[in-house]
Amino acid sequence: MDYALLWFVIVGVLFAGYAVLDGFDLGVGALLPWIKDDDERRVLYNAIGPVWDGNEVWLVTGGGALFAAFPPVYATVFSGFYLAFMLLLFALIFRAVAIEFRSKEPWPWWRRWWDRGFFAGSTTASFLIGVAMGNIAWGIPIDESGEFAGTFLGLLQPYALLMGVTTVSLFMMHGAIYLHMKTEGALQARIRRWINPLIIAFIVCYAVVTLATLLYIPHITDVLRAQPVLFVFAILLVLAIANIPREVHHGRDGRAFLSSCATMLLLMALFGLGMFPHMVYSLPNPQYSLTAYNASSTRKTLHTMTIIAAIGVPIVLAYTASVYYIFRGKVKVTKDSY
Amino acid sequence: MNVEILSRIQFAFTVAFHYLYPPLSIGLGLVLVMMEARWLRTRDPLYHNMARFWTKVFGLIFGLGVATGIVLEFEFGTNWATYSRFVGDIFGSALAAEGIFAFFLESGFLAILLFGWDKVGPGLHFFATCMVALGAHFSAVWIIVANSWQQTPAGSHLELHGVPAPAGYRLQPEDLGHARMVIDDFWEVVFNPSSMDRLGHTLVGCWSAGAFLVVSVGAYYLLRRRHLEFARSSLKFGLALGLCASLLSLATGHSSAIGVARHQPSKLAAMEGKWETGPDAPLHLFGWVDTKAERTHGPAFPGGLSLLIAGDRNQVVTGLKDIPPDLRPPIQPTFQLFHLMVAIGFSLIGLSIWGCLLWWRNALHDPTRPLTRVFLLLAVPSVLLPQIANQAGWFTAEIGRQPWIVWGFLRTSEGLSKVVKANQVVASLIGFGLIYLLLFLLFLYLLTRKIQHGPEPVEESHTLPKAWMKQQRA
Repeated sequence: MDYALLWFVIVGVLFAGYAVLDGFDLGVGALLPWIKDDDERRVLYNAIGPVWDGNEVWLVTGGGALFAAFPPVYATVFSGFYLAFMLLLFALIFRAVAIEFRSKEPWPWWRRWWDRGFFAGSTTASFLIGVAMGNIAWGIPIDESGEFAGTFLGLLQPYALLMGVTTVSLFMMHGAIYLHMKTEGALQARIRRWINPLIIAFIVCYAVVTLATLLYIPHITDVLRAQPVLFVFAILLVLAIANIPREVHHGRDGRAFLSSCATMLLLMALFGLGMFPHMVYSLPNPQYSLTAYNASSTRKTLHTMTIIAAIGVPIVLAYTASVYYIFRGKVKVTKDSY
Repeated sequence: MNVEILSRIQFAFTVAFHYLYPPLSIGLGLVLVMMEARWLRTRDPLYHNMARFWTKVFGLIFGLGVATGIVLEFEFGTNWATYSRFVGDIFGSALAAEGIFAFFLESGFLAILLFGWDKVGPGLHFFATCMVALGAHFSAVWIIVANSWQQTPAGSHLELHGVPAPAGYRLQPEDLGHARMVIDDFWEVVFNPSSMDRLGHTLVGCWSAGAFLVVSVGAYYLLRRRHLEFARSSLKFGLALGLCASLLSLATGHSSAIGVARHQPSKLAAMEGKWETGPDAPLHLFGWVDTKAERTHGPAFPGGLSLLIAGDRNQVVTGLKDIPPDLRPPIQPTFQLFHLMVAIGFSLIGLSIWGCLLWWRNALHDPTRPLTRVFLLLAVPSVLLPQIANQAGWFTAEIGRQPWIVWGFLRTSEGLSKVVKANQVVASLIGFGLIYLLLFLLFLYLLTRKIQHGPEPVEESHTLPKAWMKQQRA
């Protein structure tokens, strides 16, 4: 069995799961300033209240799986992106405690500051996740011993920034579609009006990213050219995005959300297929790239982890689905709420 | 300051701050299971009310644990990249298992625990509470397995450039980045010589932390004559768990120390400030290590250390003088923190026995009795003791492991990220310092406010006598 391939897929699935699940939490945070009323803001917080920390666990587990299966990739990327990841951590901390603390006091100034923290944390985290992915796709300087050889400012190159903006717009679109599913009445009607503009904003960003990828990233376009079957994914992606306004129009908000989830999974699948087998592409010296094959743990460890995942993942999926089922339906703010 | 010392300060600071919360969630999680089980059995609304109050406290603590925990997983890679490459083959599977088995379990069922009171039945809610507590305990399992493997590596071998290194090979500076530990046997890694002892000792320390939080709040309400029924009952749950936990701390601490004597003699020597190798090793009650004169001053039981680790006064214990200076851990902090932990451990045993005696004599509820009053006055600040002991114990274990990051294989100084510069760590350290200070103050504020606010009045219920309801509200 090709364990390196399997774990490349599993790590990808975990990060894709993170993007799909925490993506709407972060998107809700980015949308918060457009809702002014305090009761309505509480609806936003409580729409993600019961699930956000379970969603963040996908990032923790994805990071753990990367550490376990591909230690050199984890070590190189995390030490190379030091300041960016520290900022990401600060952003995630503010996001988390803002949800926890915000509604514990009634004072307007208290709530205003935590709302700012929630917005800034969510937006910064989304942006930095996009910047990190943009750098991984573009390629980063790696030396012959596998260490990052670039600088922090070097990471803020145009393609990565563009990817950051695209990620924020993607999460905002996803968050709005999620909120549309969880809200009702006047608030829902207002959120509904946001969906189409957000979809258009995302499509514009994504079109520019795709163009930049095709023009400037030969190692990804080569893969696309070699495997025309990938166009099937691209077509599915277009269909999934186009399906969202249709479902919203027919008032099927649950299916609109699933369509949005499918969009994100297809995006991650395209990203993974375009990268494989590279995990960190080395520019300008591609021979130093870290791949699923030269940077993996031993076969024995991957085998053990496969057993752990085979036992654990179905259980995790089962009760994650149950929790979402129990908290299905429209948000009700009660005394136990945030 | 160089990158090594800065990275060590940052890791110590972030892990110590994080570790204020998980012991409370592990211990309090168990208390919640006890309270809800009692409620299901008796259907007395008092227990339901208690479970709801403590669940809210639990939620606050858990939120901070989640927010500060993710930092640690990132830091292995950001600050300790060489170490991550070196141990990834072993450490990573434990971390991934922690994510899959523990974190998902806690956070998934936490939603039901916190927000599911009206959405699911009592049986399913109790199940969710059990799963959160179980998940919290699991999360301790894997991280302690990983940490214990660093203390006593087993089930693995050293590999250089993809080839097994000869036994006893010492890493050279040029090997760094091309060397890694490779797993031979997963179960030998999990059950390495120190993991089970240390797991037991850590978990009962966490139980103490949760138990004495409940004891402290209960005692505070009793002294203030507020929520009397709630306070008395909370105090009993806390004392029962506190007594078990503090006695078990003694037993598990003893077996951990035997393990340290066998596998990490330099750590034991530093913990006890022992300089000369020989039999009849003394056991210090407290003391001061004079590292210049290589002597330790303080009252000691002659032969006590030999007796405790081997049951035999003639047991030879290795002294620091027989350990090369570059392989000795920092002695004074190891000694002092270890003795601080032990002293607190014994005070907690004393305090919980005292409380249980009062309970047995039916004197716990009456703060006018002088003995009860003194006990309650001591019980209020007792919440700090397990926290200090847990921190001191971990500092002993981790400082005592120096200079190694992986015992006998990799030094702490060799595990750093090569590409991270001192000014970057200074920047992140300042960031963590400010943010954690803010979080800590807010946590204390919100916790105090929650305790001041107290439990909600017991809900109207036909199982409650009317008079009793009135007393509750008063």
